[in-house]
Amino acid sequence: MQFWQILIDGFAISSLYALGATGFTLIFGVTGVLNLSHGAIMVAAAVAAWAASGEWGAGSYVAALFGVLVALVLALATYYLIVRRLQLSRAVREEEKEIFILTATLLWGIMIQEAIAYLFTNNAKTVLPIVDGVVRILGVRTPANEIFTAVVCWATIGILWLFVNKTLAGKAVLAASMNPRGVTLVGIELKTVYVGVWAIYGVLAGVAGILLGMFLGVSSYSAGPLTASAFSIVVLGGLGSVSGSLIAAYVVGYLETLTAYLVSPAYRSIPALLLLVAVMYVRPRGLLGRR
Amino acid sequence: MVVRALFSPPVLISLVVLLLAATLPLYVSGYVLGLLTIAYYFGVFSMAWDLLFGFANEVNFGPSFLIGLGAYTAGILDSLYQPPIALCIAAGVLASMIGGLVLALPALRVRGPYFGLTTLVAVLMLQNFVVVAAGLTGGEIGLTIPDVISINDKVNYWIALGFMGVSGAILYGLTRSPVGLILQASGQDPVQAGALGFNVTKHKLAAFLVSAFFSGLAGALMAFYLGAASVGTFIDVTVGVQVIIGAVLGGRRTILGAVLGAVFLVALGESLRPLGDLATFIVSAVALVVVLFFPAGLLGMVKGVREAT
Repeated sequence: MQFWQILIDGFAISSLYALGATGFTLIFGVTGVLNLSHGAIMVAAAVAAWAASGEWGAGSYVAALFGVLVALVLALATYYLIVRRLQLSRAVREEEKEIFILTATLLWGIMIQEAIAYLFTNNAKTVLPIVDGVVRILGVRTPANEIFTAVVCWATIGILWLFVNKTLAGKAVLAASMNPRGVTLVGIELKTVYVGVWAIYGVLAGVAGILLGMFLGVSSYSAGPLTASAFSIVVLGGLGSVSGSLIAAYVVGYLETLTAYLVSPAYRSIPALLLLVAVMYVRPRGLLGRR
Repeated sequence: MVVRALFSPPVLISLVVLLLAATLPLYVSGYVLGLLTIAYYFGVFSMAWDLLFGFANEVNFGPSFLIGLGAYTAGILDSLYQPPIALCIAAGVLASMIGGLVLALPALRVRGPYFGLTTLVAVLMLQNFVVVAAGLTGGEIGLTIPDVISINDKVNYWIALGFMGVSGAILYGLTRSPVGLILQASGQDPVQAGALGFNVTKHKLAAFLVSAFFSGLAGALMAFYLGAASVGTFIDVTVGVQVIIGAVLGGRRTILGAVLGAVFLVALGESLRPLGDLATFIVSAVALVVVLFFPAGLLGMVKGVREAT
């Protein structure tokens, strides 16, 4: 009984982690940017959906759409206002750009987080689930929303996979991650690719944020831990490797669920951190890292 | 050479500012003194971080790991056995330096974002440990430290100021010395520095130890000033972020700028406090504008103006 419970809950949580980390790793793989405002953008999407349905009385689909739109706008703003400006900056030396982008996106994330706290208070908010009710799977009472979450996560990841591997635009993205100069040489504007990737990232982060808001609820405090968990999943899987982060998301998701059920919810994040440290020492490039 | 370095403009200006700051208790309120005391400790945190980032080229996301180790070791020792305060502080420094070694080990193996992450994980681990071992550390409520160095806010202020002055002098002198030059070379091009016959590993390890020494000492002193230690004031990632922003804001690779940035951050945050949640928003926005438009930081702006005229 408990075994199935852990299996099902862990699966839903892990799918959510996987979706959250996919956007993060996509941005790193293609544009080489670690976006530390990731968690804040996810929270912003969830809070926007919450506000749209709860405060302004929109239907749950319209609210979800609005949330994704907010995440999309924020992601593009991150690119145009911060990342691009620093990448083109002449005052910052090339090898220092990384820390500047990290610091700037971190500050940007704090700004988003504080703006949310100011406008909507920092209480936890739960987005109204799109589907409700309870389903019995193998004798475990499972909220239908949990299944919905897992399905949407995998559908989104599947669409992304199809886009990257089967369409011409997607192949340009893939090529840009392998060899930016080569992409420019065959006549594709690199900036267009980057803008496209940031837009995709915005949608992914938005969907992940709203699902999280329906599943566990969010508050402006969750921004930091969300970024940290995406970061550790991505590093565990290998920076830039999407399949690596999918596997890592399941490892972390199940480790956390197991610990929460069998030991104590207070120790929830510790085994994943220990695993991360071990991986960093033994295999620094992560499970499926390229370098 | 040494004499000339002693009388260079930055050193002279710093000395004058320090002397002026030392007279502050004569005409400002205890509230302002208390704020500045904290700001000075943050200045030392930022300077110690700048030694690693600006010179050894190691991005340490876990300055609060070192600070927290120093503060908590000193605090726990004091609350358990009440030995002389100096002994507690020495133990805190020792713990922090051991922590520095632990951080340095992955730095010698992995680079860039990977190293940044290990340091971040170190902070999260320490934070989890403090919360889990609540019997020893006071957990989320915080640790009460029975002894304080002094209850006089003027004395506390002068201790912090003097400590910051001495730390700044040592760190600044270190970066201007031949050893500092080798460290900078090891940071920028380890292969070439090694080819020139310098022991890159040894210099980087030394940089971590020195950074940990000052972080731990400042953390322990600040814990005894506050009479309490909590995750929120010493270990939380946001504390580390504030230290980093202070250093970048003041001007990286300058050591002295870090103090400027840290004092500026604390002062701005406090003067905006009436705005509530918006205060952090504005502080981050100002810091972001500086990072985006004046990447050389506050000290760099001053230098730029001087060079332009």
